[in-house]
Amino acid sequence: MLSSTAKNLYWMGRYLQRAKSTARLIEATQRMALQSRGEEAAGVAAIFGMEDEFRQSQAQGDRLASLIDFLVLDENNPSSIVNSIGAARRNAREERNNITVDVWESLNALWLELSARLRGNRATLDRGALIESVKKQAVMIFGAAQVTLLRDEANNFLQLGAFLERADNTGRILDVKFHLLRPDGNPSAEGLDYFAWSELLACIGAVRTYRRIYRSSLNPMKVAELMMLRRDVPRSVHHCLWMVDLNMRELADTYGTHGEADRLAGELHARLRYARIDRIFDVGLAKFLGGLRGDIGTLSDEIGRQFLLD
Amino acid sequence: MAVKAFDEMNSGTDGSIRVPYRGVADWLARTSPERVAATRAEVDLFYRRHGITFGAYGAAEGSETTIPFDIIPRVIAFDEWQFLHKGLSQRVRALNAFLSDAYSQREICRAGIIPEEQILMNGEFVAMAQGLQLPGGVHAHIAGIDLVRVGEKDFYVLEDNVRTPSGVSYVLENREVMMRLAPELFAAMSVLPVADYSEELLATLRSVSFSDDAEPNVVLLTPGHYNSAYFEHAFLADEMGIELVKGSDLFVDESRVFMRTPRGPQRVDVIYRRVDDAFLDPLAMRPDSFLGVAGLLGALRAGRVNIVNALGNGVADDKSTYTYVPEMVRFYLGEEPILQNVPTWRCDRPDDYKYVLEHLSEIVVKEVHGSGGKGMLVGPTSSKAEIEEFALLLKARPDNYIAQPTLSLSTCPTFVNQGVAPRHVDLRPFVLSGKKITIVPGGLTRVALKEGSLVVNSSQGGGTKDTWVLAPDQADGR
Repeated sequence: MLSSTAKNLYWMGRYLQRAKSTARLIEATQRMALQSRGEEAAGVAAIFGMEDEFRQSQAQGDRLASLIDFLVLDENNPSSIVNSIGAARRNAREERNNITVDVWESLNALWLELSARLRGNRATLDRGALIESVKKQAVMIFGAAQVTLLRDEANNFLQLGAFLERADNTGRILDVKFHLLRPDGNPSAEGLDYFAWSELLACIGAVRTYRRIYRSSLNPMKVAELMMLRRDVPRSVHHCLWMVDLNMRELADTYGTHGEADRLAGELHARLRYARIDRIFDVGLAKFLGGLRGDIGTLSDEIGRQFLLD
Repeated sequence: MAVKAFDEMNSGTDGSIRVPYRGVADWLARTSPERVAATRAEVDLFYRRHGITFGAYGAAEGSETTIPFDIIPRVIAFDEWQFLHKGLSQRVRALNAFLSDAYSQREICRAGIIPEEQILMNGEFVAMAQGLQLPGGVHAHIAGIDLVRVGEKDFYVLEDNVRTPSGVSYVLENREVMMRLAPELFAAMSVLPVADYSEELLATLRSVSFSDDAEPNVVLLTPGHYNSAYFEHAFLADEMGIELVKGSDLFVDESRVFMRTPRGPQRVDVIYRRVDDAFLDPLAMRPDSFLGVAGLLGALRAGRVNIVNALGNGVADDKSTYTYVPEMVRFYLGEEPILQNVPTWRCDRPDDYKYVLEHLSEIVVKEVHGSGGKGMLVGPTSSKAEIEEFALLLKARPDNYIAQPTLSLSTCPTFVNQGVAPRHVDLRPFVLSGKKITIVPGGLTRVALKEGSLVVNSSQGGGTKDTWVLAPDQADGR
């Protein structure tokens, strides 16, 4: 397999996951806005580290609506859903011969659908339906990969991209939103805004999961635990880094080589696996997540270096 | 056009259905127009979903269109195919012999058959390929020979394509689509399969490796996904299970070619390139090329990697060399040509030039190096102004043009908006040359969808059809 193939599959995984995470986040934010007022828009922009871009790009009027357009449609926002799906499709198109017909067709169908929707009148464009489509079809694409792709290096790189992106997204959402809701970092349930915290869980689709696991009312510390440390929650940072580590090990077995990327993937996985939520709050959640997010960024760089993806 | 074209279905004796088309005629008669309309709608969706698209040159970046596919197959009887097969093999053997000769002793020039400047002054001549000993002496490993039919027994070669001929993916995909859309037709008729093309192509590519390695590493070099034929490159690499590489995936070290992988560098033995000569190696050819690999030609000259098709093949397939191909058959093979050339006037010859200028409204004029249906004049269908404009181009550079009589290309029933109507077709079979010559039955049938049009190129509004060669026991296609 070529290095350029590894690179395309890795980025296809990342972009697709990015579009999916963004779609889910927007949905949760919209639901939140229907139930309470407040400065949702700027907070969401902060999750993407794009407060400035957002402020520059936004028109007068409905702030949330303009934020959603920024995240979904904006051509100048490299991470907008439309741009992400376009990038994932470009990556896939270059690797037509390395992915199955099922994966290609499901991704191409999504892209064709988005293109058709965008050709219509922007004013009457049904944003909700578009977001719903992206969410549903991204699941189909990853599902197609799951059941049809050969379990080889190519698949490892696709998984690596998807899980690394997902770990980063979940970490980012938790970091920013927790800070917005509890600027002092206090994890107690006192005076908790039920809607705001359940929206935070909805960002990773885990409202019911929370109930199943804890069978108790919402508690900020447990929300943080679920999003970070629960290995059985498929969008938790721990689960994602576990999968990153697993795919790295399979690649190391295939290639018979080890490098800094392998070490760091193992270390990050272990850090989440053996962490305790109360200790994390002793140190400070913001500090812990800051370190974690920095290391995830470093891991991405190291993967590029180790497998000659650049 | 004054003469009525030969229709492949309806021009039987006394206007009856020709024997090989009886099965198709039956099918057309019993299939309702609604069913046909529904089927046609399915086809475009199928091609789009599969991403079987074609980016026309000059269109906006990233724009993708599908080539129209017509669901009425073009049928060739087995004995007709046997004749074509023999003629194509002969012609390609002669072209390969000529290319070997053109880049070594040029015996054919010494024999006074082709002037040496026809080769050496040709813009497509690659001096660096002089004296190369290629495995099996093969230069044109994949040849697409464009044929036209004008009568029951009259086939002509319109042009030879021995650089990087494309279109074979449509041969394979059209068959897939046809089997899906009209299984009943296949159940009723016995059609020779084409699906083994990729297998034969891989065997051909492996057979021309310089190395003795039993499993030589073969890769397909593409200019990238903005190329109009990118779909075909990805399709063929996938079918053969080989790597699809861009120039940036390869590098040359000590005259050996390697590809970059996460495992480290891996040796490459044969490159099936779909990149034009000029862009292959920035050190040897165009220095501004980003599509090639620096040092590639050095590796070729050192006998470490073979490049398919060979460099400099353009000296054999331009439209002025074309006129010499029958002589090549006689000179190298000592045989009489089985397939005929279209009579051709070469405008660099004063007598021919004079004739062409006087008869522009009756004939077809083409650029010597033109392709894709561009830079040509179809006299009978052009306006007076267009003819006058073209005459200026011709007068400026007579040696840049050849001319041919307007052939009345055969027609084939085709679905158009008004129903079924005859449309002109040509045929491009693909001839593989390695240790042996292999031709998958049939080839790409291109059809001019505009009424009366003779230009079948996809960039000029042409479509394609599935091409059926009937099995020997299926004389009447029923």
